[in-house]
Amino acid sequence: MTDLASSSVAPPRPTLSDRMKFYGIWILTGLVLLVLPKVFSSGGSMTTFSLVGISIIFALSYNILLGQTGMLSFGHAVYYGLGGFLAIHAINIVGFHKWPIPLPLMPLIGGVAGLFFAALIGWVMTQRSGTAFAMISLGLAELVASSALILRSFFGGEAGISANRTKLFKVFGLSFGPQIQIYYLIAAWTLIAIIAMYALTRTPLGRMCNAVRDNPERVQFVGYDPHVVRYIAFCFSGFFAGIAGALAAINFEIANSAYLGAVQSGTVLFAAYIGGIGFFIGPIVGAIFVTVLSLGLSDLTQVWQLYFGLFFIAVVLFAPGGITGLLMMHRPLVRAGMLSRMLPSYAMAALPTLALCVGLMLMIETIVHYTVNPNEDPHIQAFGIPFDAASPITWVTAAVLIVGGFLLARRAWSRVGETWDTTLTAARAKVHAL
Amino acid sequence: MSTAIELRGVEKSFGVTKVIQNINLTIAQGERHALIGPNGAGKSTTFNLISGYMRPTTGSILLRGEEIAGMKPFQINRRRLSRSFQVTNVFANMTVWENLRCAVLWATGHRYAFWKNIDNLPVVRERTAQILEDIHLTSRRDVPAGLLTYAEQRALEIGITIAGGADVILLDEPTAGMSNAETERAVTLIRRLTEGRTLLIVEHDMSVVFGLADRISVLVYGQIIASGTPDEIRGNLKVKEAYLGEEAA
Ligand SMILES: Nc1ncnc2c1ncn2[C@@H]1O[C@H](COP(=O)(O)OP(=O)(O)O)[C@@H](O)[C@H]1O
Ligand SMILES: [Mg+2]
Repeated sequence: MTDLASSSVAPPRPTLSDRMKFYGIWILTGLVLLVLPKVFSSGGSMTTFSLVGISIIFALSYNILLGQTGMLSFGHAVYYGLGGFLAIHAINIVGFHKWPIPLPLMPLIGGVAGLFFAALIGWVMTQRSGTAFAMISLGLAELVASSALILRSFFGGEAGISANRTKLFKVFGLSFGPQIQIYYLIAAWTLIAIIAMYALTRTPLGRMCNAVRDNPERVQFVGYDPHVVRYIAFCFSGFFAGIAGALAAINFEIANSAYLGAVQSGTVLFAAYIGGIGFFIGPIVGAIFVTVLSLGLSDLTQVWQLYFGLFFIAVVLFAPGGITGLLMMHRPLVRAGMLSRMLPSYAMAALPTLALCVGLMLMIETIVHYTVNPNEDPHIQAFGIPFDAASPITWVTAAVLIVGGFLLARRAWSRVGETWDTTLTAARAKVHAL
Repeated sequence: MSTAIELRGVEKSFGVTKVIQNINLTIAQGERHALIGPNGAGKSTTFNLISGYMRPTTGSILLRGEEIAGMKPFQINRRRLSRSFQVTNVFANMTVWENLRCAVLWATGHRYAFWKNIDNLPVVRERTAQILEDIHLTSRRDVPAGLLTYAEQRALEIGITIAGGADVILLDEPTAGMSNAETERAVTLIRRLTEGRTLLIVEHDMSVVFGLADRISVLVYGQIIASGTPDEIRGNLKVKEAYLGEEAA
């Protein structure tokens, strides 16, 4: 009787085809990772893919805190960095003693290092979430980063500690010298880590993390100690961050104080947030985007961090759900087959927005020219656009683009908003009618 | 009959203001007990003290004979005492289903498990579905709690409170703000769900109070001025003066 009732009241269990689809996604991801080097075979793209994999693990580990449990950390690089240093030391020690431990297991040592340190200090840190947690994480990150320069024997001072990854016990005859082998090592660990972190969200603990994020007070009245929930989440987060750090150390064959630093902590926050902290795949999207962008932008302009910062601000202001949030918003429209109704107004808005961006770019690059290298040739190039920073024509063009672009873009985007509302209402009605 | 809750000389001060003054109260197991009194009398504060949300300044609170004053809310909840809130207090970004499931997990022994698949826990699933049906929110299963109507949120609030299967239940103004029809439905629900359990309820609707309660205590300015059966309370002069009188007027 109750069984019958619950089977109709409870959410439907995943059907066989649902399950096939679910496992299909993982298998497909695995296949993509497998053939990626065949499609993009240059050494440069191998390096890029490796870095993307590392930052995916790192960003997902960060989101266990921010997106899943509601803890804003400014010092997540601590666990990444300690994972990296421990892995480097482990490689050196294992290599020296010729112990039969192969390189692919080293990330586990990094993970355990991250886990150990998180477990050690996490109990005090996770007492509170919110501002107190954020401040302590920042202070602790500073503490660890500065001790990295003091404790030279462990952290190696400015130079860091290097290792030779090819000196370890070989499995399947792999030396792990060539980047392609490192790519596959990182790809395998990335896949394992993604699956593990996804699985974590589907457990009682993972669900209670969300509850603690939403309402830590009420959690206490359904039997849970929010402090313990946060602490366990923090430990997991440290574990996966340590794995990411170890992979980075293996990739570069070095660990230095930059691994632990504020820039590293900031970048992972950016990646997770830009991707979208409200979705499991958000940090994955963000990590890919941010890594590729930071590698690409640095070729296009010398002040790429500035653009990066502007972009981050734009996301926070206009798309708090991140890139994934923007895409997910459109799901009802796609389902109703009404996405095309939005495209004209998007196109209308894209044009002045682009003009605004170009204008801002001209202005920024001109200012950079006069402040950073005033004595060099003013005929400069940024984002592939050549222009004369000394010419008043450039200045006027920039001003017109900024002002005109801004005014037109504002109107166009409010139009987009109106079209969005009517289209969404229509889409909902249509889906409802079906 | 054994006692479920006992308050002995409980006082609570916020700074210099003494909000609860020397309360003594005994609630028997299986009893439906109503706590009534004017706004600001200290009814919610009493709930906060019993449920561990606040610690009494002095006095002792016993749950089935065990001292619980000073325990954390989750420790008290694990001793099978559960409370609802006067101001709806749910997991706003999570669906109705997820809200109820969270309230079932600890009681079904899954605790902080990170090695079990949440979709593979038949007992959790069944219990959650049962509660969902009980509170008549089946059709709203997948809606985020924050998007429910007021009455639906109140129903969910009760659902979360009872989902863990506690046998001592504290409901703080469960029907406040509901229409007559909604109130009637809620009372039927409360009556059914608290069958055989101990209930302490704060309620302003006197027809609800007198229809539901086995015993009633009247709290005025942080003091219990009367405690007894509905008939005794109805006939009590002090109560008429301090509370029921003004209601009738
Ligand atoms: N956290 C608090 N700090 C200070 N005063 C409080 C606090 N909680 C309640 N009070 C005061 O205690 C008195 C009783 O409040 P409450 O228990 O909410 O009354 P009731 O639920 O009977 O309407 C009120 O005067 C209220 O202002
Ligand atoms: Mg109250």
